[in-house]
Amino acid sequence: MHIAVCIKQVPDAKNVRIDPDTHTLVRQGVESIVNPFDLFAVEAALKIKDALGARITVLTMGPPQADEALREALSRGVDDAVLLSDRAFAGSDTWATSTTLASAVRKLGDVDLVLCGKQAIDGDTAQVGPEMATLLDIPYATFVKKIEMLDERHLKVTRQTDEGMEIWKLPMPSLVTVIKELGEPRLPSLRHKMRAKKAEIPVWGVSDLGLDPSAVGLAGSYTQVVRVFSPPRRGDRIVLQGTIEEQVDRLYHYLKEAKVPGI
Amino acid sequence: MKALVDRKKCTLCGVCVDVCPFSAIIVGETTIEITDECTLCGMCVDTCEFGALSLPEVGAGPAADLNAFKGVWVFAEWREGTVHRVSHELLSAGRVLADKRGVPLAAVLLGHNLSEDSTKELVAFGADTVYVVDYPELAHFADDTYADVLVELVREKKPEILLAGATSIGRSFIPRVAASLHTGLTADCTELDISADGLLLQTRPAFGGNVMATIICPNKRPQMATVRPKVMKPSKQPAHQGEVVPVSVPQACLKSRVEVLEVIPEKDQTAKLTEADAIVSGGRGLKKPENFALIEELAQLIKGAVGASRGAVEEGWIAPSHQVGQTGRTVSPSLYMAVGIAGAIQHLVGMQSSKVIVAVNKDPMAPIFDVATYGVVADLFEFIPAFIKKIKQERGD
Repeated sequence: MHIAVCIKQVPDAKNVRIDPDTHTLVRQGVESIVNPFDLFAVEAALKIKDALGARITVLTMGPPQADEALREALSRGVDDAVLLSDRAFAGSDTWATSTTLASAVRKLGDVDLVLCGKQAIDGDTAQVGPEMATLLDIPYATFVKKIEMLDERHLKVTRQTDEGMEIWKLPMPSLVTVIKELGEPRLPSLRHKMRAKKAEIPVWGVSDLGLDPSAVGLAGSYTQVVRVFSPPRRGDRIVLQGTIEEQVDRLYHYLKEAKVPGI
Repeated sequence: MKALVDRKKCTLCGVCVDVCPFSAIIVGETTIEITDECTLCGMCVDTCEFGALSLPEVGAGPAADLNAFKGVWVFAEWREGTVHRVSHELLSAGRVLADKRGVPLAAVLLGHNLSEDSTKELVAFGADTVYVVDYPELAHFADDTYADVLVELVREKKPEILLAGATSIGRSFIPRVAASLHTGLTADCTELDISADGLLLQTRPAFGGNVMATIICPNKRPQMATVRPKVMKPSKQPAHQGEVVPVSVPQACLKSRVEVLEVIPEKDQTAKLTEADAIVSGGRGLKKPENFALIEELAQLIKGAVGASRGAVEEGWIAPSHQVGQTGRTVSPSLYMAVGIAGAIQHLVGMQSSKVIVAVNKDPMAPIFDVATYGVVADLFEFIPAFIKKIKQERGD
């Protein structure tokens, strides 16, 4: 079985904060990390590999330094990595990103299963997985917390929905996006770290993927950002002072006044 | 491609340099320079008060005929015998867009054994037409059948705008609809407007809610967006008239490649976070798992759901299904009470659009107070029991 895992390098949200005076994003000290949901996807692939044996290829589209994200996946036990990098990819929306990733999966050729995190924490769109599956013309299941093999050609997946859980039977090849409940990613091992350090990672650009430059990046995107601005500040903030009793009385009074449900 | 600089307008003030998350802007001698690090994220554009920065325009060529597309559509989400509230919210928002544009508003309802009351209700929330697609194959949601049916209808009737709720269903199958139709899609919008020339202005949070971005889809139709539940206000207009049109689709649209083996509704009502009107969440400040009982008691009292911070979930005090935040659920209830939660950015992202936020924390410097409508600096073990007592007293229990 050949599993392709698509990952993304994102700014570490933990360190992103808003300057209270200027109300702009403070980026100092913000490092790049592998999107946390994508690490669950890497773990999902490794679990299948442990149980049944599989070859795992990890893919990312990004600038040359996104290479670090691939090495991190390699250090956790992934077999191969490919970096999709080209100036022409800059400014991709989810459609152009899906087009690029789908071409790479097609170029790999024999992929049985594509795994992605449910969404990336910088954009939060959750669109690239389903759009990619549509372009590859394979079935997919989103927000999956458990993957089991039913037989050689079918998966049994447990999806988390707003209402509860659903268990689906999915033929392969297919695409699955995973959530946190799938399980914490394992730590890198020393052996794999050594291998990851030395690995030569192939870089595929527009021509390697057989794509027209006008089909990728901003040129190939359908959506365009026209304005970026700071979110409006929340209304007046009130800090309740006094003894516990006074605080309780005042909060109750405010919530009652605001006609908050349940109070 | 990189962000574009208008040299005549640039004053070399350098504000954009600090804003760029990728350090792609350098102050040169006569103008700023954009390096190859630029990812066209657009963060700098709105920062520049002189209007010197802009992004190049998207390509993908003009669609054959944008004017052939007319009307606003809302995907009406059928769940367990009722229409999801978000569909009513979207019809009300769609009504405003349709009126501004002077075009009709339609709802599309997919499912099986769809009740007449539900279709009538869609009219009362503003739909001029309700397209009803009722087949046994649509009794249960599957991405491929739902998407393929909707794609078929869009191809035939050509709406200019298509909206759906950003629910677990909408977020799952709408991307397939957009990709099949070769059009753009904006996820999780919190604000919609329409320009004079009919462009849907789709505003959504980005970078974990730290910035807002307005997005357009200039060259493709329909313009598609998913919208977060509980953001738009549903408004019923009982006198509104509309027609209900049953629609049949080719059998090929109804064939699914997946098989739904089992549907397990969440027994634990308290975990239904995204639907809850009030949420009480606990964090590491609770110190041990037993103390979650306090949170549960308060939640039950105000008929709310129980939430948790990542910290509390990582400690194993409560199941991950309760987690609010970037790796958990995004919620926007009328009341959110954060108890013993410091307010890491990843938590704030998941709850800061709640209407009223109450924070209870001992540390007055905790970042949760930055977003709290009412901040209570107190020991939660003193405050929460006293607050519970107060509610009971007022109710005469």
